Amino acid sequence: MSQPSLVRSEKPTGTGLLLLLLAVLFLLVLVVVPLVAVLGMAFAKGLDPFLVAIRHPDTLSAIKLTLLTAAIAVPLNALFGLTAAWAITKFNFRGKSILISLIDLPFTVSPVVAGLLFVLLFGSRGALGGFLSAHDIQIVYATPGIVLATIFVTFPFVARELIPLMQAQGNEEELAAITLGANGFQTFWRVTLPNIKWGIIYGVVVCTARAMGEFGAVSVVSGHVRGKTNTLPLHVEILYNDYQQIEAFSVASLLTVISLVALIVKKLIERKGLISARARGAL
Amino acid sequence: MSIEVRDVSKHWQNVVGLDSVSLNVETGELVTLLGPSGSGKTTLLRIIAGLESADKGQVYFGGEDATDARVRDRGVGFVFQHYALFKHMSVADNIAFGLRVMPRDRRPAEPQIRAKVDQLLALVQLEGLSNRFPAQLSGGQRQRVALARALAVEPKVLLLDEPFGALDQRVREELRRRLRKLHDELRVTTVLVTHDQEEALEVADRVVVMQKGRIEQIGTPTEILDQPKTAFVNEFVGDVNTLHGVIEDGHARIGSLRIPVTGQASGAQVRALVRTYDLKMWRDEAGIATVTHMYALGDRVKVTTKVDGAGELLAQFPRRSSLLRGVEPGCRVSVEVTLARIYPE
Repeated sequence: MSQPSLVRSEKPTGTGLLLLLLAVLFLLVLVVVPLVAVLGMAFAKGLDPFLVAIRHPDTLSAIKLTLLTAAIAVPLNALFGLTAAWAITKFNFRGKSILISLIDLPFTVSPVVAGLLFVLLFGSRGALGGFLSAHDIQIVYATPGIVLATIFVTFPFVARELIPLMQAQGNEEELAAITLGANGFQTFWRVTLPNIKWGIIYGVVVCTARAMGEFGAVSVVSGHVRGKTNTLPLHVEILYNDYQQIEAFSVASLLTVISLVALIVKKLIERKGLISARARGAL
Repeated sequence: MSIEVRDVSKHWQNVVGLDSVSLNVETGELVTLLGPSGSGKTTLLRIIAGLESADKGQVYFGGEDATDARVRDRGVGFVFQHYALFKHMSVADNIAFGLRVMPRDRRPAEPQIRAKVDQLLALVQLEGLSNRFPAQLSGGQRQRVALARALAVEPKVLLLDEPFGALDQRVREELRRRLRKLHDELRVTTVLVTHDQEEALEVADRVVVMQKGRIEQIGTPTEILDQPKTAFVNEFVGDVNTLHGVIEDGHARIGSLRIPVTGQASGAQVRALVRTYDLKMWRDEAGIATVTHMYALGDRVKVTTKVDGAGELLAQFPRRSSLLRGVEPGCRVSVEVTLARIYPE
């Protein structure tokens, strides 16, 4: 069905053209050039130095740690986001607005401060430090700390994606399911979940990209032990500070590829979501 | 199955939702809850369904206390005003939903479910649309799917919340006739909420008129129309002129209009309620009112007049009525009230 477009379809003239040029220039300088530069630097001396950098044990360890961190943080945050969105949109309770604000906290708190909080809490001189060292549990400067910091920084993504979606959908369909005899699980599985499926996937993709790219909070709790507590972004920084240009940009290009993949998947989901919505005639 | 609501109250903070409401609905009866918005009719329906809990009072289904029964155990079919169809499911899957979520020991086999769906589609005359999605249906069709879906689980009680509220006039008239016919076939105890008096009077065995969380009157459509118990019922049902006047020697005087009354003390302030069809009017230069506006609506003509010394008076006549001879906008008319109900102010 063709609908009259709200935007004039004429070719831009005058002001429009100027704005367009500005936007393109902006993107070129801030996005495209750096992107090309990263890849250019990585392959400046050909493929071999790139492969050597990637195959270095420290790099492999950083890749492993990054993947492990994301593998723990993303499912947990997906689950948390879903429960939080469910609670906020389907029920009324005291302190609801406080909960919503708390979910947004990681967006407003500087990641470095977030990292410091974990050091203060779990570090050897921190609030729980005595207890932890007595039981020989290492959190800060070890993998658990990195995972915790990543969870903290990325926890709004899925929830923030789902809350407006579920608010817009209301709960009439759920009520209808209940009057038809469905129990809580059936209602969730057969009615709620299919309606928010694409929102969850979308949130997970964004959350994954951020979890793998997180620097600030992780940097504070990591301790920067090469081959042990370095994630990909931290590894890039260390290599760069050591003047290992090619290695640094090679690893950086890995991160760039991850974000490009995330971007493409995100676009595909948007289109897929659009198509499935259109197939149902919702648009 | 019969429904009994006993002394149910519901408050939200300081707002009264329902104030000690009691109601009996007999098995197989179709009852409409009629009232303006905020009258508590939807709240009452949702309490019967279990979607809302009462602060006080009980709900009985077939004599058994169902006040604390869970929604899904009540065996009610509920039709929502905005349909609440499952957007991601086809029409057939929507209708089959209630059967598919049944516990395994009661759930019919898949072929039986499909047969049942076909049967229900035929019942609501939507054959051939089983693979469509809700967004591909018209409002009226969606409403019929919602009805079929509610009927699939063979509810003991069917509850409809403004089921035709979002549809245009022609479709709602057709659908309510179809609903009445369906009810005559299935005889499921039904409660329908509406703010449309025509709808309430046309489909119901009995009408419950509500206002401000209370029941004003319960009666057959004829009783509600002809023997309104309260001024509110009289005013809310039927097209009514509300006239404010004073009693003077056996008449209520409203400007130059005089209506004979009995049993009211002289000097009393009264409210006279006059249906638009309980009036006579004829052209008369010595009359007491001036015609301001006339328009024809099918076989009816509505005439608005301005009574000398009082406000407007609306009347309606059959289009070919001899009373209308010579009546035109701007002319003077005499007015006779054939039936008025007088309430003290």
